[in-house]
Amino acid sequence: MKANLAALAAGLLFGIGLMLSGMSNPGEVLSFLDWSGVWSPDLIGVLGSAVLVSLIGFRLARRKAKPWFAAEFPALPRKPIDRSMLFGNLLFGIGWGLAGYCPGPALAGLALGNDEVLVFLLAMLAGGFLQQVWARKRDDL
Amino acid sequence: MLTKLDTASHWLAGQIAGIHLFTVTGGLMIGAAAVLLHHAIGRIAGVSGIFFTGIKEGGLWRWLFLGGIVLGAGLGAQLFPSLNIVSRPHPGFWILALSGLLVGWGTRQGGGCTSGHGVCGLGRLAPRSLVAVLVFMATGIFAASILRHWLGVPA
Repeated sequence: MKANLAALAAGLLFGIGLMLSGMSNPGEVLSFLDWSGVWSPDLIGVLGSAVLVSLIGFRLARRKAKPWFAAEFPALPRKPIDRSMLFGNLLFGIGWGLAGYCPGPALAGLALGNDEVLVFLLAMLAGGFLQQVWARKRDDL
Repeated sequence: MLTKLDTASHWLAGQIAGIHLFTVTGGLMIGAAAVLLHHAIGRIAGVSGIFFTGIKEGGLWRWLFLGGIVLGAGLGAQLFPSLNIVSRPHPGFWILALSGLLVGWGTRQGGGCTSGHGVCGLGRLAPRSLVAVLVFMATGIFAASILRHWLGVPA
């Protein structure tokens, strides 16, 4: 119960933050990613301040034996930096730069009267599904 | 007379001063949300991972977190309607669909997105996430600055 409420509270805070920071506005995101015209540094302010808080917060968390509302910190699987992972991030960046949406802001857009995120989110769902099918096929070979 | 260093530092100061207060406030809130989720239940606030794992394996906390993002954004827009700026470029159906496909596929294969690799991964000082951020920033800048114009996407 407490764990679920905490997840809801974190989501609410995340969503307000996305909206206030302008991350949920694809025009704002593109004005940072597009260097061919008038460049806006705003996204550095968003990511920089978010990372500053998370640097401190994750450091503090390392001193804790367990989270407040869970038995333990789930172990994070150690994954390699390999070609497949690099290629995935390469594709993600291209998708991000084409329309200015990444997953969080696209979800936030659902509440901001931005109907085009529906197309984006459905396509994102399909893309994730296709990747899983492809990965299973590749592993079977 | 201005030296090159003067000009450069004036330019830099202008860029920093050009960052709006709300973008920093919002960023601090995003960071605080990631820290809250980790301290409360030990999880990483990576939206793509939570989204796809939620669909695959369920988990109420995942849907509450994702629902919270939608509600929180709506709440923010209610409280600060003047900040709900709609400067979207309307890229059109096919570009949106292509962009969504690439983001879905790419975040699955790349193991995270702007929140998981960016906000959380950099905060955890994970080398893999630093590499991921450098790659998706570089290709994001390429797509927005060059590819978009080649494809004739409305800016």
